Amino acid sequence: MTAPILRVERVSKRFGNVVALRDVTMSVPAGQVICLLGDNGAGKSTLIQILAGVHRPTTGRYLVDGEPIELASPRDALSRGIATVYQDLAMIPLLSIWRNFFLGTEPCVGAGPFRRIDRVHCERVVREELSRLGVELRDPAQPVGTLSGGERQAVAIARAIHFGARVVILDEPTAALGVKQAGAVLRYIAKARERGVGVVFITHNPHHAHPVGDRFVILRRGEVRGDFGRRDIRLEELAAMMAGGEELERLAHELDPVGNGGPAR
Amino acid sequence: MNGVTALGVAARAAGAVPDRMTSARRLLARPELGAAAAAMLVWIVFALVAGPPFRSLEGTAAVLNAAAPLGILAVAVALLMIAGEFDLSIGSIIGCAGMTLMLLTRHYDWSLWPAIGVAVALSLAIGFGNGYLVVRTGLPSFIVTLGTLFAFRGLTIAVSRQLTRRTQLGGLDEVSGFAPAQTLFAGDLFGQFRVSVLWWLGLAALATWVLLRTRFGNWIFAAGGAPEAARKMGVPVARVKIALFMTTALAACLVAVIQAVRFTGADALRGEQQEFRAIIAVVIGGTLLTGGYGSAVGAVLGALIFGMVQQGIVITGVDADWFQVFLGVMLVAAVIFNNFVRRRASEAR
Repeated sequence: MTAPILRVERVSKRFGNVVALRDVTMSVPAGQVICLLGDNGAGKSTLIQILAGVHRPTTGRYLVDGEPIELASPRDALSRGIATVYQDLAMIPLLSIWRNFFLGTEPCVGAGPFRRIDRVHCERVVREELSRLGVELRDPAQPVGTLSGGERQAVAIARAIHFGARVVILDEPTAALGVKQAGAVLRYIAKARERGVGVVFITHNPHHAHPVGDRFVILRRGEVRGDFGRRDIRLEELAAMMAGGEELERLAHELDPVGNGGPAR
Repeated sequence: MNGVTALGVAARAAGAVPDRMTSARRLLARPELGAAAAAMLVWIVFALVAGPPFRSLEGTAAVLNAAAPLGILAVAVALLMIAGEFDLSIGSIIGCAGMTLMLLTRHYDWSLWPAIGVAVALSLAIGFGNGYLVVRTGLPSFIVTLGTLFAFRGLTIAVSRQLTRRTQLGGLDEVSGFAPAQTLFAGDLFGQFRVSVLWWLGLAALATWVLLRTRFGNWIFAAGGAPEAARKMGVPVARVKIALFMTTALAACLVAVIQAVRFTGADALRGEQQEFRAIIAVVIGGTLLTGGYGSAVGAVLGALIFGMVQQGIVITGVDADWFQVFLGVMLVAAVIFNNFVRRRASEAR
């Protein structure tokens, strides 16, 4: 078997006396979706920032294609094919889809004063890249603000893949979405996997993770509390593991007399 | 990349969507739509009320001539406002550049062209200063340029008085190099139109090209729409903004030169309130005060509405005091309408 595109081995991160991450090991092979699950404060953000090249781990190794490396910056990570899609998506709502897609790297034609953005090319690429994720655009010139939350995620993912990402790290892409939109995002993730992209899918919702994940890494208080293959774990177990099942149970007991069986059941 | 295939694919892709619907939606999303309707309305009203003197070629020339200086400013201000910033200092730059021209030529006996060169350099420096201060301090450009507005107005008056004991200087037509400058900046076209109209429309065309077809234009929209996101995508937001502050200053300098040559003199107080009029014209033209959305064509229409109302009021014999009332009402109406259009254009359907 070939080396995974990206692998971290026993990485830890300390901020002063605070240990944010301890001995985390995970791999992202091509064409697999690795779900990174954890509640708020579990260390997800710290791990993303290490994967994305924002922070360097205090100890541990970072490997790309089996070679240990040290990332200098997010730009360095990007040039090695590791792209991060943050929750704000780095998009400008009033700007059209194709202008957002190529922002900062606009392809041009013509020379001298007649140098201009190759608009026909841009619109065609945007249409193609999005249709490969299963989104058929009405008009690439419509503002990004007119897209649904899920479609915006698709644009950001398509942009990352188009500009050479082999691993796409998605920071809570379903967090602010309704059920239908979240479902759409899961389909985009599956499509990206079909194209051989490694996906790191960060979420605190096991119901979102379970349908698409090939592997589930559960983080709690900065440590890996579980690492399962798709066949090794059921949704209920995943949900229980994640938030700490005993805590949920205690909460259910607490609320029971008040809410007649209550919402936590 | 094979260009022919690319076009073929694009045509097929576009065919997937009903063409007429797409182009209709694109038209409706244009920022200047409201201003175009307003301009037509204003023209019809004055064409009916003021009659032939307004509708004639002379009337049209008078409107365009009146709108041109404001239009030149408005086009530059539109670019800056799309990038999310204000420039209130342009009024004082008009006075400052004009007096620089007069002092160098009349007080220090320079010939005209080197003096124009210095006025341009000085204006660009002021623009750079505005931009640098805004970008470095992170203060609202409204405050920074309000400061420079007062500082340079005061400086212009103080220096002129110190050197010449006057705040108005004339006699530019006696300076060497005046004749070609007159042709270039204050000449006539077809007898009735001033050449400044050509400057105005030419600059508007250039600004439209830059906005819609170049990378820099894309960056202008991005810098105003969501500066943080733009920075993340590698757009040099600070450089874009500084360049645009220099552009508004340069436009103010051009207006100063045009007026100094036309009136063969300058006044330290010239350009007063032009900063507000330019902003009003730009807002009427559909550009958002908050940035990220707008057009140079809209700014042209905004300035055109100004010119029409100004001339129309003169021709109909209405007291000119009503001009200001009209402007105020028009401004607020435009902002309300623009907010509505923007919401239509940017919200999920």
